[in-house]
Amino acid sequence: MHKIESKNINFYYGETQALHDVSLSMKENTVTALIGPSGCGKSTYLRLLNRMNDLIDNTKLTGTILIEGEDIYAKNTNVDDLRKNVGMVFQKPNPFPKSIYENVAYGLKVNGITDKKIIEERVITSIEQVALWGEVKDKLKKSAFELSGGQQQRLCIARALAIQPSILLMDEPTSALDPISTSKIEELIYELKNKYTIVIVTHNMQQAGRVSDTTAFFYMGELIEYDKTKTIFTKPSQKQTEDYITGRFG
Amino acid sequence: MLSSAATSITVVLIVFFLFIEGAGVFTKKPIEEGFLLVVHSTNPIQKLEPSQVKDIFDQKITNWKQLGGKNEPIVLFRTEDITEFYSDEELGENFEHFPAKIDEYVSKTPGVIAFFSDKYKAKNFHGKELEINKIKIFEFLSGEEWFPTAQPIAQMGVKALIYGTLWVSFGAILLALPIGLAAAIYLSEIARKRTRNILKPLIELLAGIPSVVYGFFGLVVIVPLIQNVFGLPVGETGLAGSIVLAIMALPTIITISEDAMRTTPRAMKEASLALGASHWQTIYKVVIPYSASGITAGAILGIGRAIGETMAVLMVTGNAAIIPHTLLAPLRTIPATIAAELGEAANGGLHYQSLFALGCILFLITFCINMMVEFVTNRNSHKKH
Amino acid sequence: MTKEIRLAKQKRRNQKIAFGVFQFTSYTVVGLLFVILSFIVIKGISVISWEFISEMPKEGMTQGGIFPAIVGTLCLVFGSMIFAFPVGVLAAIYMNEYVKDGWMKKIIKQMTNNLAGVPSIVFGLFGMALFVNKLEFGDSLLAGSLTLGLLVLPVVIRTTEESLKSVDDTFRQASLGLGASKWQTTSKVVFPIAFPNIITGLILSIGRVSGETAPILFTVAAYFLPKLPTSIFDQAMALPYHLYVISTSGTNIEASRAMAYGTALILIIIVLISNLLANALRKYFGKKVKMN
Repeated sequence: MHKIESKNINFYYGETQALHDVSLSMKENTVTALIGPSGCGKSTYLRLLNRMNDLIDNTKLTGTILIEGEDIYAKNTNVDDLRKNVGMVFQKPNPFPKSIYENVAYGLKVNGITDKKIIEERVITSIEQVALWGEVKDKLKKSAFELSGGQQQRLCIARALAIQPSILLMDEPTSALDPISTSKIEELIYELKNKYTIVIVTHNMQQAGRVSDTTAFFYMGELIEYDKTKTIFTKPSQKQTEDYITGRFG
Repeated sequence: MLSSAATSITVVLIVFFLFIEGAGVFTKKPIEEGFLLVVHSTNPIQKLEPSQVKDIFDQKITNWKQLGGKNEPIVLFRTEDITEFYSDEELGENFEHFPAKIDEYVSKTPGVIAFFSDKYKAKNFHGKELEINKIKIFEFLSGEEWFPTAQPIAQMGVKALIYGTLWVSFGAILLALPIGLAAAIYLSEIARKRTRNILKPLIELLAGIPSVVYGFFGLVVIVPLIQNVFGLPVGETGLAGSIVLAIMALPTIITISEDAMRTTPRAMKEASLALGASHWQTIYKVVIPYSASGITAGAILGIGRAIGETMAVLMVTGNAAIIPHTLLAPLRTIPATIAAELGEAANGGLHYQSLFALGCILFLITFCINMMVEFVTNRNSHKKH
Repeated sequence: MTKEIRLAKQKRRNQKIAFGVFQFTSYTVVGLLFVILSFIVIKGISVISWEFISEMPKEGMTQGGIFPAIVGTLCLVFGSMIFAFPVGVLAAIYMNEYVKDGWMKKIIKQMTNNLAGVPSIVFGLFGMALFVNKLEFGDSLLAGSLTLGLLVLPVVIRTTEESLKSVDDTFRQASLGLGASKWQTTSKVVFPIAFPNIITGLILSIGRVSGETAPILFTVAAYFLPKLPTSIFDQAMALPYHLYVISTSGTNIEASRAMAYGTALILIIIVLISNLLANALRKYFGKKVKMN
């Protein structure tokens, strides 16, 4: 069974159709990269997986998305629980204007965990998981804004991991970072693969090549090609994919 | 160039005129112009404080001993009392013997203190004119009685008025803040765009209605309502003022808080939701803390408006210049006092000047409030960078 | 697991309750507006007639109309605008287009904000001290208009400044790039683009001026005048003051109640019209700019 299964997805912002009949499934504990030129629908697709697009007025969705076999757009789905299971990391690091510790503890607290010991344990584990512990262990009470951009982004990943999701969505997580921070995050993604199912949107094709097992190429709201990353980058079956990969547009 | 300085010039002029006129209260004697306070020539007392004179005429001080003089009971004398001692014939048909008779009475009464117009002062008057100290700023601020036309000594304690102003304003904010915040949260975070586009202009319209109309509405609807609900003798109370002011402060609070909440970056809200927080948790754990300074600014501004509001309060609070102990009693605010009394005060007189001094107090309070708003908003923009 | 389900339920319930309360409160606020408006409309509509707006008050202001108060308010609105509008607009242009950011701009901004926060009764005191007594205008339309003009000055400056700021800098650069002077750029390019918004702000401030009572109490307003003002040195009646007087201290408060409702309704109608007009203008000009 696939971890994430989407069938015949059509999505509209008002009159504009952003996704055309997209069907795409991902296996457990794999990294899937979504690539394509801006406005191709890859981020829109990603944000459907934790229902983040619900926040936008006047949108419409047809088709079904199953996560662990359950329809996440069914009437009785609890969106909060869904998002607890499907973590998300955003384009720009977006820590809360709170302390480093409070940032990671936030997700635990809003999900009803009150035991201070458990919270502390999970905060530390999560920060260790993103290899940030050595850098922040002495300033957990300091504002998260005092960290560098790369550190902030790793903190945001730690924040997402703290509530123990099984899926992690990443929306161009390194686009606002320098090369060194980027490579750190890429290493991290590689390590996290063993425990999480990761879907990553990226502009950077080398990155897709480095971190992902499978790659989906989107163009104008359509899924053009979906295959093993190796295949996509070496012998794509579609001309559009080849053009994009070889840098003829995009 | 000059026009851009217009507002600055106006502020300076306002300060100048207000304070020049207002300062008169402290440089003038608090006894009505053209009137005298006189004691027997042998009385050793030279000078009295305004509050002492008041206590004497209120018969709280009844012996000169209490003021450091001789052991002699105090005898009060006002112009009209003269008829008790002399017949109409003795005083003359046109009161032409008034001065002489007053002089005579004062001379033969060692414990007397007399208050009369200086046109009744005899040529070679035998009594001794008392010096009256000027009102001190401290007395002005801490005095509990506001009765600027009282005789012989004007009572100008603004404590009751300051209390009245603050009671009504804080009562109003207490009512308006929770309601305003709830509405702001609904408009900025929960309502659909279309609902918001309908509701917001309507709420802004609420801000456009003249205060005198609110006062009128309060007078014909809220005042009788309060009177009936609480079974009071009169409905014109501090509570009525607070309710009317709360209605008037709502648009300010809603608009400013709503604007502040909408500046919360989308990324913050999404981060919270992506962690499984419910919409409501996101609002109170992320949106409200993030916009706290904007909300505070809105609340302070609301208080400022309430403190300065004149007409609506004047019409519904009953205007009793007493220190309020409950919001269910009539009270009087600073702006209402100015509006109610300036028409009757003689230009340039003590009463007139005391109202300008009230204006100074009001100006200073609102000035401080403006500065606070400025401070809060600046600190906020500082934090965001 | 059951604990988690319970927590999730609780979370959802809390949200439902909170949102319900917020929605209810918001509609209550709007409901309040309707209560106030409809109360005055219902009570006042039967009073309003051609006679009411065109005749002098009669029988100690319990009968007749409010014509002189309407005229007085119109004069005050007009008078304060011909003072505040040019001064305010010029000030805003100078501030926005000419003054560079620095301490001077900061001070002027601060002063404008402070002036906006000064209570209207303090304007009344000031107007009385300066215009009525010091400059010896007496209680007059002139003194009242100037006082009201100063009161709305910060409003006019702010709206004008915001309108000027919303003009895209590329327009300025384009004009300057073609060799136009700073003043030509401001007057021929920036001002016309900003004009619709400025006018909208102006109309909204008319609503404000027509309803202000405290500043005119001691500078112009008359309790009752049997004739209309003939010069700017005359006293005048005004709608908001008239409403105040007949609802609190008229010769016969009960008998003049109907007049009071009518006057309140007229005041509200003025505010509504200026709001609607401003909105309509905003929409109209908004479309025009888009079409270009």
